[in-house]
Amino acid sequence: MYESMRGFPSSLFGELDRLQRELDDMFGFSGRPASIRAVAPGTYPAINIGNTPTSVEIYAFAPGIDASKVEITLDRGVLTLSGERQNDLPDTNDKVSVYSRERLGGSFRRAVNVPDDVDPEHVNATYRDGVLRISLARHESAQPKRITVQ
Amino acid sequence: MNEVQATHTKQDVTSNTSQDTRALLPRVDVLEDDAGITLLADLPGVPKDHLELNIEGDALVIEGVMAPFTPERLEPVYAEVRLPRYRRSFTLSRELDASRIEANLKDGVLTLRIPKQAHAQPRRISVQVG
Repeated sequence: MYESMRGFPSSLFGELDRLQRELDDMFGFSGRPASIRAVAPGTYPAINIGNTPTSVEIYAFAPGIDASKVEITLDRGVLTLSGERQNDLPDTNDKVSVYSRERLGGSFRRAVNVPDDVDPEHVNATYRDGVLRISLARHESAQPKRITVQ
Repeated sequence: MNEVQATHTKQDVTSNTSQDTRALLPRVDVLEDDAGITLLADLPGVPKDHLELNIEGDALVIEGVMAPFTPERLEPVYAEVRLPRYRRSFTLSRELDASRIEANLKDGVLTLRIPKQAHAQPRRISVQVG
């Protein structure tokens, strides 16, 4: 809603814009260069990425999708996840009033950079309770090895 | 009249001050038909045993906590979802029968069906003439 109102010639929305940017600063989104693949906050599905010493974990918060129809591809360091969220609302007809339609649906595609030491042969994806978890194992040879001194 | 009034703001993260823990505001679709209200909420990451539906007076509170699903020693790199908890509350109007709520949680989508009291369903009133 506020995106379209940003150009509105009124100081009220200028204030809201400033507030939005301050909140972004608080949460650390602005200032530093953002990824060229970054998306607006609130995009479906939301993604969290974490590192463990042996893997890269990506969590996509995607409730209500058919996991068998999600396409996950890994190509030259970019993991792309795409699919479609079907509309699951009961049939609307004249007798139904809609008070709130906030949930996002339709087709989605998100792309994420993964580091070079990821092994494309060992990628695992599971879907549970609306969260798609993609686990990319790192190459064995890339993991730090302890060298003992004789 | 026949409304579920939502107490919410337009932002996703808010300090839901009913308790001291911050929570995310889940996105919700609300529809009403003759027999009751259907509410669908997106709660990804919340399994059935971590979902709480409470009716306090005329307020319906939906609260869910994500089950931990991260491995040990996970170092976050990028997070769009920064809190593990969802909370949202609604005031129910009196013709909704809160004791007959049906709830279903599947793949992170909560479907609530709140029927209207039996006597509150629309009735045609015929006008006597003469």
